[in-house]
Amino acid sequence: MRRVLALAILLGILVFPALAGEARPNAENPEIEARLNRLAADLRCLVCQNESLAGSRADLAEDLRREIRTQMLQGKSDQEVIRYLTDRYGDFVLYRPPFKPVTYLLWGAPVLFLLIGGSVWYVVLRRRRNQQAEQTVSHEELQRAARLLESEENR
Amino acid sequence: MKRFIPLLVFIVLAVFLYLGLYLNPREVPSPFIGRPAPDFTLPVLGQPGQTFSPADAKGRVWLLNVWAPWCVSCRQEHPVLMQLAASGVAIYGLNWKDKDGEAQALLARQGSPYVLTVDDRDGRVGIDYGVTGTPETFIIDKAGIIRMKHVGPITPEIWQKKFVPLLKELET
Repeated sequence: MRRVLALAILLGILVFPALAGEARPNAENPEIEARLNRLAADLRCLVCQNESLAGSRADLAEDLRREIRTQMLQGKSDQEVIRYLTDRYGDFVLYRPPFKPVTYLLWGAPVLFLLIGGSVWYVVLRRRRNQQAEQTVSHEELQRAARLLESEENR
Repeated sequence: MKRFIPLLVFIVLAVFLYLGLYLNPREVPSPFIGRPAPDFTLPVLGQPGQTFSPADAKGRVWLLNVWAPWCVSCRQEHPVLMQLAASGVAIYGLNWKDKDGEAQALLARQGSPYVLTVDDRDGRVGIDYGVTGTPETFIIDKAGIIRMKHVGPITPEIWQKKFVPLLKELET
């Protein structure tokens, strides 16, 4: 009985942080709120530029969230909402910039660096292998080695 | 040759970092340049019943200055705008998110550089113009096209460098 009680208390303690979690959304429509949070997590707050629109407490971020909420309630799709924002603030609001000529280098950079690193690696490895292959043992050295081995055996 | 590689890498890095020092992260490229100024109709401050739309200013080159009574850098900018207005520049004010309605009293006290100021109390029009903070100033040409956006207060130097050449070109 005591064991069960202890276990229950332990479980209660473990569960508590999970309950604490995020602040409850304050709107009547939890579905819209969830959609808003999901979308806003990928959008940049224009005032504190390293915060997402979902996390920022800046005045403008609150206004924009309200605007997004209103548009979602009007039945606009996520794409339409994003379009609304990029029309006004440019691709800068997107944490995932679209793939287009200006951003080719941005998206391509990881592949580019991988290729550069890979080729450097390949060249270095190859050069090392060639060096090892060149280090052949000369005739005198072989004879010396044989002598040493013999003297070892004779002891 | 080989031993200079770290030096070269360092120089390249240093150049990038040095240039980075002078970039302004607030200068977000505006998608509005070369596009018509978004339409709106807002009440004119201090003139009950009267409204203003960008179409009303067609045929002249004008500045739309987004400001607010609660904005400190707008106060800094204010004397510069007063001088510009005195020299005949058409500045229209957009009073952004002035929830307490303090703009009119402020202008009465300090003088108004604006042809007129519209009241964008809930900030919706500001958002339509992609405003991220005050002050911001747009140059709008005779056809109602946005030609430039300046973020931050206008100083005499910035005015000479950024505004004057473009305004000259647009006026002719």
